[in-house]
Amino acid sequence: MGVFDPLKGFGVTFSTMFKKVVTEQYPEDYRPTAARYHGRHQLNRHPDGLEKCVGCELCAWACPADAIFVEGGDNTEDARFSPGERYGADYQINYLRCIGCGLCIEACPTRSLTMTNFYELADDDRQRLIFTKEDLLAPLLPGMEQPPHAMRLGENEQDYYVNGPELARKAGEVAQ
Amino acid sequence: MTVAPEKSAELVVPEGHVKLTIDGLEVVAPKGELLIRTAERLGIVIPRFCDHPLLDPAGACRQCLVEVEMGGRPMPKPQASCTMTVAEGMVVKTQHTSPVADKAQQGVMELLLINHPLDCPICDKGGECPLQNQALAHGRADSRFHETKRTFPKPIPISTQVLLDRERCVLCQRCTRFSSQIAGDPFIELLERGAQQQIGIAQEKPFQSYFSGNTIQICPVGALTSAAYRFRSRPFDLVSTPSVCEHCSSGCAERTDWRRGKVMRKLAGEDPEVNEEWICDKGRFAFRYATAADRLLRPMVRDADSGQLRESSWTEALRVAAEGLAKARDEAGGVGVLAGGRLTVEDAYAYGKFARVALRTNDVDFRARPHSAEELEFLAASVVGTSPESGGVTFRQLESAPAVLCVAFEPEEEAPIVFLRLRKAARKGRTKVFHLGQWTSPAVDKTFGTLLPCVPGGEPAAIEGLFFNSGTAEAFEALSGSGSVILVGERAAEVPGLFSSVLRLAERTGAKAAWIPRRAGERGALDAGVLPNLLPGGRQVTDGTARAEVEQAWGLAAGALSAEPGRDTDAILGAAAAGELGGLLVGGVDPYDLADPELALRAIERAGFVVSLELRPSAVTERADVVLPIAPSTEKSGSYLNWEGRRREFGTTLDGTGALPDCRVLDTLAVEMDADLFTQTPAAARANLERLGATASTRRAEPPAVPAPPAPGAGEDGVLLATWHQLIDNGSLQDEEPNLAGTARTPVARLSAATAEQFGVVAGEQVTVATERGSVTLTAEPADLPDGVVWLPLNSGVSRLRRELGAGHGATVSLRPQARGGNS
Repeated sequence: MGVFDPLKGFGVTFSTMFKKVVTEQYPEDYRPTAARYHGRHQLNRHPDGLEKCVGCELCAWACPADAIFVEGGDNTEDARFSPGERYGADYQINYLRCIGCGLCIEACPTRSLTMTNFYELADDDRQRLIFTKEDLLAPLLPGMEQPPHAMRLGENEQDYYVNGPELARKAGEVAQ
Repeated sequence: MTVAPEKSAELVVPEGHVKLTIDGLEVVAPKGELLIRTAERLGIVIPRFCDHPLLDPAGACRQCLVEVEMGGRPMPKPQASCTMTVAEGMVVKTQHTSPVADKAQQGVMELLLINHPLDCPICDKGGECPLQNQALAHGRADSRFHETKRTFPKPIPISTQVLLDRERCVLCQRCTRFSSQIAGDPFIELLERGAQQQIGIAQEKPFQSYFSGNTIQICPVGALTSAAYRFRSRPFDLVSTPSVCEHCSSGCAERTDWRRGKVMRKLAGEDPEVNEEWICDKGRFAFRYATAADRLLRPMVRDADSGQLRESSWTEALRVAAEGLAKARDEAGGVGVLAGGRLTVEDAYAYGKFARVALRTNDVDFRARPHSAEELEFLAASVVGTSPESGGVTFRQLESAPAVLCVAFEPEEEAPIVFLRLRKAARKGRTKVFHLGQWTSPAVDKTFGTLLPCVPGGEPAAIEGLFFNSGTAEAFEALSGSGSVILVGERAAEVPGLFSSVLRLAERTGAKAAWIPRRAGERGALDAGVLPNLLPGGRQVTDGTARAEVEQAWGLAAGALSAEPGRDTDAILGAAAAGELGGLLVGGVDPYDLADPELALRAIERAGFVVSLELRPSAVTERADVVLPIAPSTEKSGSYLNWEGRRREFGTTLDGTGALPDCRVLDTLAVEMDADLFTQTPAAARANLERLGATASTRRAEPPAVPAPPAPGAGEDGVLLATWHQLIDNGSLQDEEPNLAGTARTPVARLSAATAEQFGVVAGEQVTVATERGSVTLTAEPADLPDGVVWLPLNSGVSRLRRELGAGHGATVSLRPQARGGNS
């Protein structure tokens, strides 16, 4: 140990004062994530508010952490939650298990499940970290109606999928 | 030293076999074997949809194409290996070695997928779908078909429990072939031609078959799906546990699929000796009774002050039960035990041992239905202890028997798998089936059978008349063939003299007699000694040697077991109603199944102390002093004995629910009464039963010898009632299953045209059948019954004969047309 070593150490500290600061002042300074950051999931809706989820469980199947639980249900004429025969009656994601890999998003055949950039997923209660369908469903935008209700945008589910992008655009126009 | 590899010895071709080459491997196959099976034996998988080993070959889907060379000359086109039989010198190349076969299979797959909707995410078959798997394994990555797919409205319910999606169908015809060949209910058929070809049903004729669930299981795509299981779960969610059906005495192997502590569905298991690959719809769909909202989960004790049942701890309930039973045993004339016919062997053994050891009585009976002393003798003399190992009648023997006679036994309604075997045997033309019954029921038609008509109660006289007086009768000659079988059903107990006549007939013809009870637990309870005259292993109560064996094994003092046969169910109830019995211990018994429900209810009310072991509230629990909840079959292990005497063991499906099997409850109750049963678990009970072993006593029970009474008549004003249970009826194990209930046969009153005319009844209109207890009104339907006889289902819809009429098979009832617009 040399005589000048303490000085050297102070030198490092001193020189750092003139460098760019990397520390984020969270939560006062809330910075946006990268656009494709894998945050909390969202269950999307069709432009009329019907759910896109068909309860197929492919997300649960793809999940390497076994974080997703799905149970399908049968749409009836009186209670319709999604276009077509089937909807997700029960949907739960356990964020204590989720590793944010996004394989569920790739598996989803209806683009129902996507990820938002929301990352504030910490709690002191394990039960609250199991998100249910109510927590995960996308908010109702203008023009949307809370299911159950009849199909507003077509005769059958084919119309919803084939004309999906166009409908979404139109719905956007209406909203504006 | 190097040794040259020895040339493999030439394959020896036995008589009746041929040698051929598949994918370069030489193989010897029996003549007539299908190529696809021979390849399977070699471990070569050829993709297929329509082929099923238990159905006749159809060659409908063309997925199994292979290249075949005969005598050095290749066949011009690839051949379907599921319809082509093996031949000498054949050279077969499957998709593994032949690019031609591979291309052909890919082409077929592309064609099959042209109109397939590819809606796997919403299809119940997704994840266990042969089409999905084979499209991935043998299909092309993309389709060249870009036009519009053919569509159909979907799904359409073809019965309340089967849904049809025609878009997904690949027209393999497994369902139609199953229905017409195996079940004999051809309600589902191919319709239309060409591109519009589709599976369908006739208008207004739903797919009402007791076996329709099998078509869901064998459908290789998601075209037929179950209404009850619709969208419930995916194969990867499910834990599959092998199990045994708890409904009838066939003892079918099943696969129970469950998720998160709840049974989702049941599928047929595979057991070539018993159910092959089929089960009936009751076995498949009726399982939700165990999760009914009213299921008993906590013990209940009747509160002394309020007179109401209140929930209690196990400790309290067992103490109260033990004290009450001990008091009734010592001070009030004894306790009778009614075990019920749905117990596992282990649980039944615990009931029998509890009666003998803790209650010190032979008043124990499992028969929760009409019964007779003659039946007791019959069971003791010729049923108990028989098994496939000891040469008893088996399913396989039914298939090879030259003739089978069903006496007071309706196979399709009471033991559907026996019916399937009979139909299979008869369809092959080997077996002649005779039914001694009242009318040409669907089962008679579907087993290509001959009806030997008789009036209800006239079965013994009919046997004597048909077989003894005119010895040349066709049926008698057929039954004299070696290996013939006589099957006797549970309602024989309602006909005096019938068991004796059957035994006489068996002796005369050399045919073997077998008893086929309706409930799963009856045969096991018989062998476990839950009868007033029998100890476990067929030991007779009156046999000193046998008693000594049991006393020694159970650690009792010599002479502790009574030598006096006890009372049967009716006598126990009669004694209790008369105040002679101080208490009753009742297992799963529904009083409305008994010959006299009013007497049963009166007896349970009069008996000083009643302990009920039940799954769900019943007429017994309402009147019991202590109610102890027990486990349904999915929540315990154990074994049933099926009608053959074959042991059908099953493990616990849902573990850790806290529900206790009967044997455990009785063991603890006995400990409270200072007696040890050693039946803490089903395994312990089984070990305890096995330690008894076979008896050394050589005494055989005397077969019943009741002379055949003359055929009864109903007098001037009345008619004779013929009745039996239908498979799908008001039974409590079918509760909570609306889809299954929708496929029940409509209850109707059947009678002959002459009887209808005599009483002024018009076919298609309401008719009232009455006794002094009450009446039942149903639609009249003409059938080929003997005159002066009316047939009603025993417990279907409004036709609850024991409850409403207090009458059973062979009773005299009155008949009158229901006035139009009158009260029903």
